[in-house]
This record gives sequence, C-alpha cells and structure tokens, in this order.
Amino acid sequence: MTTTRAAAILLAKELRLEFRTRELLSATIVFSLVIVVLFSFAFDPTAAESRRYGPGLLWIAFLFAGSLMLNPSFAREQSNDTLDALRMAPISPFAILSAKMLANFIFMSLVELVLVPVFGVLYNVSLSGVAGRLILVLVLGTIGLTVTGTVFSAISSHARMRELLLPLLLLPILTPLLIAAVEATASLLVDQPELDRTWVALLAGFDIVFLTASWLLCDYLIEE
Amino acid sequence: MHVIQRIFYFHVPSWIAMFIAFSVVFIANIAYLATRKSNWDCLGVSAAEVGVVCCTIGLATGPLWARPVWGIWWTWDARLTTTFILWLLYISYLLLRGLLDNPEKKATLSAVFGIFAFLDVPLVYVSNRLWRTQHPQPVILGGNGSGLDPTMGKVLLLCVIAVIGVMIMVLFDRYRLERLRHEFEELRLEVETRDLTPASILGKEST
Repeated sequence: MTTTRAAAILLAKELRLEFRTRELLSATIVFSLVIVVLFSFAFDPTAAESRRYGPGLLWIAFLFAGSLMLNPSFAREQSNDTLDALRMAPISPFAILSAKMLANFIFMSLVELVLVPVFGVLYNVSLSGVAGRLILVLVLGTIGLTVTGTVFSAISSHARMRELLLPLLLLPILTPLLIAAVEATASLLVDQPELDRTWVALLAGFDIVFLTASWLLCDYLIEE
Repeated sequence: MHVIQRIFYFHVPSWIAMFIAFSVVFIANIAYLATRKSNWDCLGVSAAEVGVVCCTIGLATGPLWARPVWGIWWTWDARLTTTFILWLLYISYLLLRGLLDNPEKKATLSAVFGIFAFLDVPLVYVSNRLWRTQHPQPVILGGNGSGLDPTMGKVLLLCVIAVIGVMIMVLFDRYRLERLRHEFEELRLEVETRDLTPASILGKEST
C-alpha cells in the first residue's frame, strides 16, 4: 500500500473517531473562547488597544488550545494498545504520523474557524477585507503548530505527567512561530493592511524545517 | 565600568562553553539514533547538564553587568531572548528524560527532542533579530568587545580557554558517572529478571 493511501485511510479513521463524539473539538473551542474572554477582563482593552494586542491574544489562545488538544492524539492509542496494531500493519511510519498531523491540522483549523470571527466581533476588529491573506497566515501557523505538536505528542505519550509535559516541550519550541504569526497577523489589522512577507517566509521556513525533521525522524518516534 | 567589567571575563567564556556543550548534545543525539549505542546517550545527557549550568552562569552574570551599565536588568534583545529560550529548551530536555521510565524509550525520544530543540535555535535567533530590528530598543549597545584593549584580549582568551577546559573536565566526569549509572541499571535489571526461587537454584546445582 502506498504511503498516501495508507495515510488517507488512517486520516479517515482519526476523523471518524473524533466526529463520533466531538468531545475533543468542543472542549478545545470552549477553552480558547475562555482565554479570549478572560483576556478582556484582565486588560480591558479599548478598540485601538485590541488591534495592537489582538494578534498576540489570538495566537496565544491557539497555542494554548493546541498544546492541550494535541495531547490525546497519541495518548488515546495507549489505552487499548492500538498503536501496536498500527505498527504491525505493512505501512510506513510516516503514514501514521502524517495522518495524525493532518487530522490535528483539520481539528485546529475548525477551532480557528470558530474563534477568529468571534474574536473579530468581540474586539471590534474588521477582518472581511483581509480574509484571504489572514487565512494564509493562519494555515502556515497551524501547520507549524500541528507538525511539532503531533511529534511531541508522540514523545510525551510515553512519559509520566504527559498532560503537563506536552506544553512544556511544545511552547518554547514554538517561540519563532509565535513571533512570526503575531507580526504577520498584526500587519493585517492596521489601517492600510499589507502582508509582511518576511514573517510569512519565516513561518513557511519553520514549517519546512520541522516537517522535514519529522519525516526523517518518524521511524524512531513510532517504533516499539 | 569599573570593577563590574570583570564579570565580562566569566560571562563571555561561559557562553562559548555553552555553545560547545549544546553542539555536543546535538551530535550525540544524532549519533545515538544512528548507532543505538548507549554511550552516546550518556554523552548527550551529560553535555546537556553541563550546558544548562554554563547557560545559567551566563544568564546570572549578564543582568549583574547590565544593571549598572545599561541601567536595566534585562532587555528582550535577540541574543538574550535566544539564550533564555535555549535554557528553557534544554531544561525541558532534562525534564523529559526524568519523566520517561523505559531506558530505551528515554534515549530515543529525548534524542528526537534534542534534535528538534537544536534546529529551533537558528529560527529563534532570526525571528528575534527581525522582531527587534523592527522595534528598536534604546538600550542595545551592540557587542561590547568593540573597544577591547589588546592586553585584555589576551586575558579574555585565557579565560575562554580556562572555562572551556573546566567545562570539558566536568563533562568527562559527568559522563563517567552516567556510564556507571547506566551499568548499574543494567546489572540491576539482570538481577531482577533472574529466577531466584530455591527450586531453580537446586535444579541448576543438580545438573
């Protein structure tokens, strides 16, 4: 079986598993909404201030939500040792890893799909004019988040205190992604929005570096 | 800058030692994944610990110097931020090792994390560089080695060599300790899996 086909089948399995209960998605969406609401209590921003701090808030909410949401990705394979079953199947380890990455990318995108419009409404930030460019930034940022997050979820699933460990491993690594994504988003929320190409390039670079690294190292991640 | 400038001769060498130590971690991680020899894993964890100590010295001496000279303890400058993130990354590397019980898994997974962490360093540096050049801070004076007297250059060189020497000595010591620990762990596992019931011992004697 080719890697692509195996990954597609596994992706369908991941999606079916999640959409049967939708518990992970709904919990993550509510969690990120809570962060957005708490932020307005903590800082009480005016309209101008929320434009200034909004991108940071948005990405912090995504990063925190992601670092919680990605944890079950591998951890839930452990209760029934289903990862062993996957490992015995005649498919490449990268198919398993990439299916999980794609599934997490889809879940995270759905969270963003809900959160971004809510953010725009709550903080009076108009997003309609820059939707296309904003989606580009969101997609690049989410790829970086889910690629590293899925790999680290595979690492932390073997450890004790994994729920606490994953954010600890993930968030420092994501610093360059956070800076680039926040700056790129901020360049879209000013009066004359113009996408800052430097930051988009840095986001793309981050994605490429870690996607390549996880492709090279996935044998060690999935092995018994 | 009177007596406070002397901190410079501990500060700079400890950074150089830290970079050497973290590069050793990276090489050891790759070598472990390629060869699966536990020596490399021992070298990796030893170098990471030594690197974190050097990094802590650098992070502690920096603000002590910056307070009288720059007037502030800390600034979010590219170099400072990068080393701070580096410190966090390698502390999480050591934490991760502590939380993985299976020795085989511990070595493999921490090696993967170590490689990811090292790959992140240039990205952190570039992003901070771009970030701060776009929002310049008044306190950044640039490198302070610009006006160094030639004699003091020699002193600095001596300090660098001395600190690196100490770092390598500590690293070797720590490596030896880790090897012993590893050996002990293996022997303990061997003893634990041995069948020590009276019947099996008697059975062996009779054959």
